[in-house]
Amino acid sequence: MAEESTSLSIAGTELGSRLFLGTGGLPHLSLLDPVLEAAEPGLVTVSIRRASGLGEGGLLRTLQRSGVPLLPNTAGCTSAREAVLTARLAREALGTSWVKLEVIGDETSLMPDVLELLEAAETLVREGFVVLPYTTDDPVVARRLEDVGCAAVMPLGSPIGSGLGVLNPYAVEAVVAAVSVPVVLDAGVGTASDAARAMELGCSAVLAATAVTRAEDPVTMARALRLGVEAGAAAAAAGRIPRRTTARASSPTVGRISGQIG
Amino acid sequence: MTIVLNGSPAATAATVADLLERHLGVREPHGVAVAIESEVVPRSQWPHHALPDGARVEIVTAVQGG
Repeated sequence: MAEESTSLSIAGTELGSRLFLGTGGLPHLSLLDPVLEAAEPGLVTVSIRRASGLGEGGLLRTLQRSGVPLLPNTAGCTSAREAVLTARLAREALGTSWVKLEVIGDETSLMPDVLELLEAAETLVREGFVVLPYTTDDPVVARRLEDVGCAAVMPLGSPIGSGLGVLNPYAVEAVVAAVSVPVVLDAGVGTASDAARAMELGCSAVLAATAVTRAEDPVTMARALRLGVEAGAAAAAAGRIPRRTTARASSPTVGRISGQIG
Repeated sequence: MTIVLNGSPAATAATVADLLERHLGVREPHGVAVAIESEVVPRSQWPHHALPDGARVEIVTAVQGG
């Protein structure tokens, strides 16, 4: 049957959905519950930051009550060393060895530093982490990340928080073709059609944060992205028609009455 | 005796658990991790792990993030 009906498995763990949700940017923590309910995400990301109090305790309580597995990230880290320590702290704090590995190389573009990323990935895999690296849409880098043992690769569709969607669909397709681990489109999703597009290009899942949390109505957008991912996965499994540069009638050409009209 | 707690000078404490109690109000807070000199101190060691003078201590937790 169609691939979209099968569930996604990463590192031997079956995930409940092909939409992963970032929690950064929600205007009120009270929106988290309804957003989770609308998105039904397979994973939900959190960041690790210096604790000044237990004020954010509500965040963990809400997430853990929802039953969605946590995916801590290393957002903001600019070196392999810093990212590795952040992943170790996340494992200790949250009791999960899964990590969305981010090593940012430039504060303006927020593009990944793939050299530091690869080094951090190698170290963390050796320490037993399930590593999901945020990377560029470069099939060569994706393959290198797979080679060091990453459980998935997460190429960007466009810059973090830009909402520009998938800027280079051919590159994303090339990443999908280059690796055998799941490809999760990360960064750049702005709306439901972007998520659908990523799935149509062969991605196994989509991670969205800002698209939901900074939408005018985060709960409705969460639902829209869930449906977008579902629609895209179904379309990818269904096999689209080839593109043509000329028209091709879908109605029969025989039996037309046009010849008999005055 | 002082330490550097989350980047700022702070008075030291006898153990990691004592420091957590002073900083967060709980000796073994949920969803928190501690590193000293960039090495994670496992939760099981908090009650008896001493803080060296001048130690750089990080106390972190999960926050909203993408």
